[in-house]
Amino acid sequence: MAYHSFLLEPISCHAWNKDRTQIALCPNNHDVHIYKKDGTKWTKIHELKEHNGQVTGIDWAPESNRIVTCGADRNAYVWTQKEGVWKPTLVILRINRAARCVKWSPRENKFAVGSGSRLISICYFEQENDWWVCKHIKKPIRSTILSLDWHPNNVLLAAGSCDFKCRVFSAYIKEVEEKPGPTPWGSKMPFGEMLFESGGSGGGWVHSVCFSHSGNRLAWTSHDSTVAVAEGGKTCSVSSLSSETLPLLCVTFITENSIVAAGHDCYPVLFVYDSAKGSVAFGGKLDVPKQAAQKGISARERFQNLDRRASATQTSDQDLTTLHKNSISQISVLDGGRSNCAKFCTTGMDGGMVIWDVKTLESAMKDLKIV
Amino acid sequence: MSKNTVSDRFRRVDVDEYDENKFVDEEDGGENQLGPDEAEVDSLIRQGNLMEALHAVLKNPPINTKNQNVKDRAEGLVLKVLSSFKSGDIEKGVQSLDKNGVDLLMKYIYKGFERPSENSSAVLLQWHEKALSAGGVGCIVRVLTARKTV
Repeated sequence: MAYHSFLLEPISCHAWNKDRTQIALCPNNHDVHIYKKDGTKWTKIHELKEHNGQVTGIDWAPESNRIVTCGADRNAYVWTQKEGVWKPTLVILRINRAARCVKWSPRENKFAVGSGSRLISICYFEQENDWWVCKHIKKPIRSTILSLDWHPNNVLLAAGSCDFKCRVFSAYIKEVEEKPGPTPWGSKMPFGEMLFESGGSGGGWVHSVCFSHSGNRLAWTSHDSTVAVAEGGKTCSVSSLSSETLPLLCVTFITENSIVAAGHDCYPVLFVYDSAKGSVAFGGKLDVPKQAAQKGISARERFQNLDRRASATQTSDQDLTTLHKNSISQISVLDGGRSNCAKFCTTGMDGGMVIWDVKTLESAMKDLKIV
Repeated sequence: MSKNTVSDRFRRVDVDEYDENKFVDEEDGGENQLGPDEAEVDSLIRQGNLMEALHAVLKNPPINTKNQNVKDRAEGLVLKVLSSFKSGDIEKGVQSLDKNGVDLLMKYIYKGFERPSENSSAVLLQWHEKALSAGGVGCIVRVLTARKTV
């Protein structure tokens, strides 16, 4: 499990290119830095400076090699690489609050931006005007959109919001695509139609949403330390698990039944979804356990520990034995997609990035089964 | 103009009430929630059947009701049950609860912390320690993030 420390500041967001040799990340300021893999080192090759506010979301389209960034300055830019230089194109989002998250659609002909203006901007390129235009999804969102994820059919979009709900909307743009076929989430999909809303009052801010590879399942994590999975179908079943950890900030599917999430506890956690039983279960903590050095403590140290910590042992629970030393804010799949992930990457508020290998984890932790 | 500047009543206007974007929680019908059954719980305490009393007092939590009296009565009842447990039995009591029960117990514990009475905090702290080992910090996070609580 390779840990690389990029900065001392939090990494606000990151995105990988298609062959995973370059990573674009925001070092908690107005810029985007692109690093290239150089053996075991990472060297900075580009600095994308255009935003006037913190860059809150980056997404890198693998096929068309375009980067879209959104920031607290209420703007989004689409960057294309011409002769080795990244050139920005402004996209007017028509929002009056900061943009919070951005995602390219699977076919890369549109992208969605979630913002504090309580709406989602779906942007697509209009050929006649040579300009990116956007359409808004407003109802019934009542607070900031924190996270977005596209369904593989390029039309449905899941949004997690600060109004404690996770929703699935249709982002069908007739100018760029044909009518989509029916899905387990619904068959009529006009633009802006809400096909699913997580129920119940209360709960917590929905920090992260993720569709499974097939698009039939949707997982989200919430600030009340719960993780939930919804399965589309005639009866949309929702199963949730109240976890014992601190709130999880990011989630992804690594197979159709297994979910990895990470958050304020600084280590990724595995959850297993059983659709037959309709339940989400805790699968295990995924982190390399640090081998504590067992050396004898002198009597004097024992009393000192008793005095300071009210416990005679040396290591206190406060010491972080995890790879990340601060909350993990984003998780991305590197290899194998969401159906058979072999590697995934986490970045966090400690400015570090870890690439996790699923096979190594499986063999290192006994009782860990990735179904 | 001098007449307009005399009154400062405008300063007492709650502008947030007039904000059309104001977030209003969904109204869940809470009028019928009466809280745990006082008679049942009292009789179980008197019989010495503290496990059953614990389960009984955690039934029907007055979460959605707006009636503060119902909530206060429920809290008082829970405190009575928690105080009548022996220190050694607290752990067994917590183990007998399911996940939702532990969450609910934690809510009552924190509610009890808000208004400490004689010796209540000591008892509650003992329960807090056992509930924490059963529910983890996630349980406390759910107490803090709950929109409607006991």
